[in-house]
Amino acid sequence: MDRPFAITLGVGSSRANKTGAWRTERPVYVDLLPPCNDACPAGENVQRWLYHAEARDYEAAWRQIMTDNPFPAIMGRVCYHPCQTACNRATLDDAVGINSVERFLGDEALRQGWTVPVTAPRSGRRVLVVGAGPAGLAAAYHLALLGHEVTVRDAGDEPGGMMRHGIPSYRLPRDVLDLEIARIVEMGVRLELNAPITDLDEAVRAGGFDAVFLGIGAQLSKRAYIPAGDSVRILDALSVLREVAGGERPDLGRRVVVYGGGNTAMDVARTAQRLGATDTLVVYRRTRERMPAHAIEVDEAVEEGVRLRWLSTIAYADGGTVRVERMRLDEHGFPQPTGEFDELAADSVVLAVGQDVDRSLLDGLDAADGGVRVDATMMTSRPGVFAGGDAVAEERTVTAAVGHGKRAARHIDAWLRGTGYRPSARPELAVADRLHPWYYSDAPATVRPRLEAARRVSTFDEVVQGLDEDTALFEARRCLSCGNCFECDNCYGMCPDNAVIKLDPGARYRIDLDYCKGCGICAAECPCGAITMVPEQT
Amino acid sequence: MTTQRVRFYQVGSFAVGNRLLEADQRTVQAGEHRSNALTSGHRACQGCGEALGARYVLDAAMRATGGRMVTVNATGCLEVFTTPFPETSWQIAWLHSLFGNAPAVATGVAAALKVKGRTDIRVVGQGGDGGTVDIGFGCLSGMFERNDDVLFVCYDNEAYMNTGVQRSGATPPAARTATTPVTRSSPGNAFGQGKSAPLIAMAHEIPYVATATVADLHDLEAKVNRAMQIRGARYIHVLVPCPLGWGTESSETIRVARMATESGLFPVFEAENGEVTSATPIRRLMPVEPYLRIQKRYAHLFTPPPRVDVIAQIQARADRNIRRFGLLTEES
Repeated sequence: MDRPFAITLGVGSSRANKTGAWRTERPVYVDLLPPCNDACPAGENVQRWLYHAEARDYEAAWRQIMTDNPFPAIMGRVCYHPCQTACNRATLDDAVGINSVERFLGDEALRQGWTVPVTAPRSGRRVLVVGAGPAGLAAAYHLALLGHEVTVRDAGDEPGGMMRHGIPSYRLPRDVLDLEIARIVEMGVRLELNAPITDLDEAVRAGGFDAVFLGIGAQLSKRAYIPAGDSVRILDALSVLREVAGGERPDLGRRVVVYGGGNTAMDVARTAQRLGATDTLVVYRRTRERMPAHAIEVDEAVEEGVRLRWLSTIAYADGGTVRVERMRLDEHGFPQPTGEFDELAADSVVLAVGQDVDRSLLDGLDAADGGVRVDATMMTSRPGVFAGGDAVAEERTVTAAVGHGKRAARHIDAWLRGTGYRPSARPELAVADRLHPWYYSDAPATVRPRLEAARRVSTFDEVVQGLDEDTALFEARRCLSCGNCFECDNCYGMCPDNAVIKLDPGARYRIDLDYCKGCGICAAECPCGAITMVPEQT
Repeated sequence: MTTQRVRFYQVGSFAVGNRLLEADQRTVQAGEHRSNALTSGHRACQGCGEALGARYVLDAAMRATGGRMVTVNATGCLEVFTTPFPETSWQIAWLHSLFGNAPAVATGVAAALKVKGRTDIRVVGQGGDGGTVDIGFGCLSGMFERNDDVLFVCYDNEAYMNTGVQRSGATPPAARTATTPVTRSSPGNAFGQGKSAPLIAMAHEIPYVATATVADLHDLEAKVNRAMQIRGARYIHVLVPCPLGWGTESSETIRVARMATESGLFPVFEAENGEVTSATPIRRLMPVEPYLRIQKRYAHLFTPPPRVDVIAQIQARADRNIRRFGLLTEES
């Protein structure tokens, strides 16, 4: 009589009845590609690091970022976050503030002094990285992690490239830049400054290098010919930004006209405001919609008092005035002159009409789109010489450069070892239609506090402030985990046949095919679309 | 800047479990050690709402009573699909007698336990809508008026599904069943018939009455838990969609239950001693039409020419529930 209370008759369990035989479809757990990951130029697994951040495991989250990108604190300040543009949450309320969480994690790592150990055995191979900008430093970081001996040479006296000379300090404070670069140097990367390379072959021979990565950037300001008299100052944007980064305060006067519509134009216009200009005007030949500058930068510039003038070109400048011609867009969207002119007052004109690659190091390498041509493995036309960053035509942003550095490092590693590097296959995209919005609470995005406009135009203090832990956690928890199981137990709890087996935390679930009848409730009610019903073979 | 407290979890409190919630805020169903009162291998149809509802209720009651519990079952699907001799799907003390006498048998079990001085062991009676609102109703009313210490749970799938989808006293107007066919003069089940068992239970002024659905597990478990804290007669009426009888996809069981509450057709509330004490507000109000449209038992309302008049009558019932139980808040 070893039976439970009130049970008198011994009977068999219905578990003898394997109802799995009824099934015509079976549920299968999938890991889809979340749109944030898909959009990230640096190839970060955003969904995965947010998953750790949600559980307050900030160190694991940071280490997840570091597998792809060595600059979380920099990214959290200068990245234009295409991840947020792609975020599915925008269809519910607002996109997740991925960038601000990344910045919180990056800053937390600097506060806590977290570092990444090099665990790979030494390969004995030596790689020369030319240029200590985002592409070069990212390549150096990944190559060091893979066990190679890396030397980074830069012509300047401080590392960082455009992150230092092109991005104003109100967007990227120099202490953050210095700390994230120092972390790479501490991994054993050799950094040689004031070491311009004039003869690449000689440098490779003398240093005994087995491979080269060129991250030389696009550092020459394009010129636009403007008929001008003698009494107007015409400067180029990169020189202005570089002087300011070097601690100087170039005299632009009170009335500054910036010519161009890219991010550099916005940076230099905002810098002019900080240098004391009272009247900064950006002149651009097309419309705001067609401006290459990112919307946030334009918005912040306008908040700071920068004025914008669309559909205008500069025809002549002299004697404190600039004559602009009005343009109109033709049916192809190209600006055409109208013959109507306006006079504007200006003490100086700053040209921000694009940048060119210094080709002196690229002799003998195939060119493409004003830069150097690389193949799918980031290798130039010369075996063993790879390139990335602004020197390779693509989108010229810090994040794209960091992505180039990573990709090149992995291919350099494969090339040095004589193996092929095969990036993992990209899974199907987790589109918004796969999500089950019912299960997500409404929660609007946390807006990062901004320095009050009136205060920030007079200083180079950082404009966008970081999140505190509470808000960062809140923001991380707004992630929908698109297409990737986050263990909400819906499938386990809602199966009418107890045919979902819950595994240990982190190990997710398993379908018990002995009993699963294939009703499909688990797939229909999965909040993040991580279950697909697949027809059974008959 | 004002800091916002972290209270919105990734999936709020709507999913079954959530690794970010404290253990005591997670559902019983999320736990690896739930009783699984109703185990695998039962013969319910794919996507059966009643199998799900029964496990939800009984696992929650098992936790609330620490496993000291006897269940008495009326005849119906729930009995038939779980206990074809010599097999049983029940992993609890479970007793079946007849179709109409489950509340009386439950009363008897409670009385016997009292005589034996084992009032620590609680009694749960259960049945479908046929066994509860029709055939067993006299016994149920008696159990209520004597205030016997039993929780009776009705799993309402709105018809006699076990015997082939015949109309019950809980079948809603305009639904097609085997005994309410669609004819030129009638659009399925007649308007003005049927009854609300929860409201009749309230009229007995018993300590606790509640309604729930399989679409809101947190709410359902909280109500079972509350019921088990109370002595005397208690009644919970759970809406459990039936893919077979309603003509829905097996994967849509939860969805259709959610639509029933979000349209206002099935009000979710609780009452103590004859008075409504709370109603679960509608989160995203929707018209009745999409709810009707995904069920084949209402297909005749949409075949041309659509019965706009009948749909409007059903909408009026939903609107009345919304008014009567205060189902709308500013958020919905």
